[in-house]
Amino acid sequence: MGSLVMPTSKLSGPQSPTAVSTIGLRKSYGDKTVLDGIDLHIPAGSVFALLGPNGAGKTTTVQILSTLITADAGQAQVAGHDVATSPDGVRAAIGVTGQFSAVDGLITGEENMLLMADLHHLSKREGRRVTADLLARFDLTEAAKKPASTYSGGMKRRLDIAMTLVGDPRIIFLDEPTTGLDPRSRHNMWQIIRELVSDGVTVFLTTQYLDEADELADRIAVLNNGKIAAEGTAGELKRLVPGGHVRLRFTDPAAYQAAASALREATRHDESLTLQIPSGGSQRELRSILDWLDAVDVEADELTVHTPDLDDVFFALTGDAGTPEQPKEMAR
Amino acid sequence: MSSLSLALRDSSTMLRRNLLHARRYPSLTLNLLLTPIMMLLLFVYVFGDVMSAGIGGGGADRSAYIAYLVPGILLMTIGGTVVGTAVSVSNDMTEGIIARFRTMAIHRGSVLVGHVVGSVLQSIASVVLVGAVAVAIGFRSTDATALEWLAAFGLLVLFALALTWIAVGMGLVSPNAEAASNNALPMILLPLLSSAFVPIDSMPGWFQPIAEYQPFTPAIETLRGLLLGTEIGNNGWLAVAWCLGLAVLGYFWSTSKFNSDPK
Repeated sequence: MGSLVMPTSKLSGPQSPTAVSTIGLRKSYGDKTVLDGIDLHIPAGSVFALLGPNGAGKTTTVQILSTLITADAGQAQVAGHDVATSPDGVRAAIGVTGQFSAVDGLITGEENMLLMADLHHLSKREGRRVTADLLARFDLTEAAKKPASTYSGGMKRRLDIAMTLVGDPRIIFLDEPTTGLDPRSRHNMWQIIRELVSDGVTVFLTTQYLDEADELADRIAVLNNGKIAAEGTAGELKRLVPGGHVRLRFTDPAAYQAAASALREATRHDESLTLQIPSGGSQRELRSILDWLDAVDVEADELTVHTPDLDDVFFALTGDAGTPEQPKEMAR
Repeated sequence: MSSLSLALRDSSTMLRRNLLHARRYPSLTLNLLLTPIMMLLLFVYVFGDVMSAGIGGGGADRSAYIAYLVPGILLMTIGGTVVGTAVSVSNDMTEGIIARFRTMAIHRGSVLVGHVVGSVLQSIASVVLVGAVAVAIGFRSTDATALEWLAAFGLLVLFALALTWIAVGMGLVSPNAEAASNNALPMILLPLLSSAFVPIDSMPGWFQPIAEYQPFTPAIETLRGLLLGTEIGNNGWLAVAWCLGLAVLGYFWSTSKFNSDPK
């Protein structure tokens, strides 16, 4: 289970302005409800992760907040502008990197960047400067003159984010930024996101990877079947579910039997010769387990302490995710 | 920045993007050019003797048929080019970059305007190329005045504009490139069913209304009149009315499709 790294960005105080807020956001396609009343409140300068399985409504949420589609009901404000009544105000403040590559594959990486500079009405000189800077920052200078369609998945994603940054947006939406990337590209992407945050940008991130939310986000909302199942910091979410335990593994069946009869509260896994004992993992609890084992004179081959992680939270909250008619993620 | 200058600036940016596409990948445009040129050569050199016997009550020679044929072929060139427009718009809409454009504070219509202006420019370039082939095989328009030439050019631009807006709408409602090219088929079929190859009064009676009440025939007759001095009659106004009607229809159809939520 994953190690816990504290989020690198500072948590915003109560006085910091709101970057994104929604009340009762709803959207359905035909008779299929995708979002069933979403309330969000994201302070400026923080990283927010919307976590959920495929089909939970993550992409739909991003599409509504980035003015790509309209909600059926509810209110949403982004950067102080209502998405329904002032979409251009929202658009001027945001940058969006969708789940599917939003680069023009027919032209080169550099031309993609210059296109963005033109659309942000930068002067020719400024456009060239920003393009060169961002291409260098995202390690794309060498590939700048090649058509974007020839780029690898990781390069396309980097170009995509570089294009998003041209207008210097204050709020950035990243819809599953690491899906389909290899581990190295994934860690590069995390590094990029951390750098964005250190510049004071608000990041709204969707992901189906728990470790990603744990790693990057100040606050996490778990979205399941169109509803927010839980919201809080990674720590708060982990406290929601029990799941801490100590696991003892044996190789000798006789020792396993002796230990199992001594530790009555343990859950037995006979085929793997392991015992699982509910525990918060404190020193005192561990010592009492060891004392029990000493008392019956058995020695475990392996002892591991498990604290609950987001996996436990996720599976506890999205328990019905395995139903047969799990909806597919809405494609754009 | 005022909204008009914003619209102009964003549209010209989008136009540059589309021209860049056309320059990088000219094969689609060139393929579509092949059809009218082949038609021209086929009807002049293979069917030419029979066809020329059929117009002007016999007696006409091959050069008379070239003169009859070329105005229709020029408009057919435009019809072919806009099939390419429908295909490239449909292709473009499947690209993620369009979603990006929709989330940017740019002039909403600039994406479509870029396609339309780019396509009209391509149509005109194609017409010039096909026209050059026609001149090379003996087409002459020596009697036309400068004003008539200007009017002919204006008609071609207006016709290209009208068909392009319709083709953009066809591209927007097509889920993929194949569907777009099928949906745009009337742009190639209609000139075949017009007065481009044979005069309408030589067609069977039941077929004549089909050939008569469609945009290509009045446009062809007008172009013929301007370039060769034949009778234009009502066709001039009819052609302009068709063009304006189709352009306005295509414009509203396309923009309403583009502005609705993407599927």
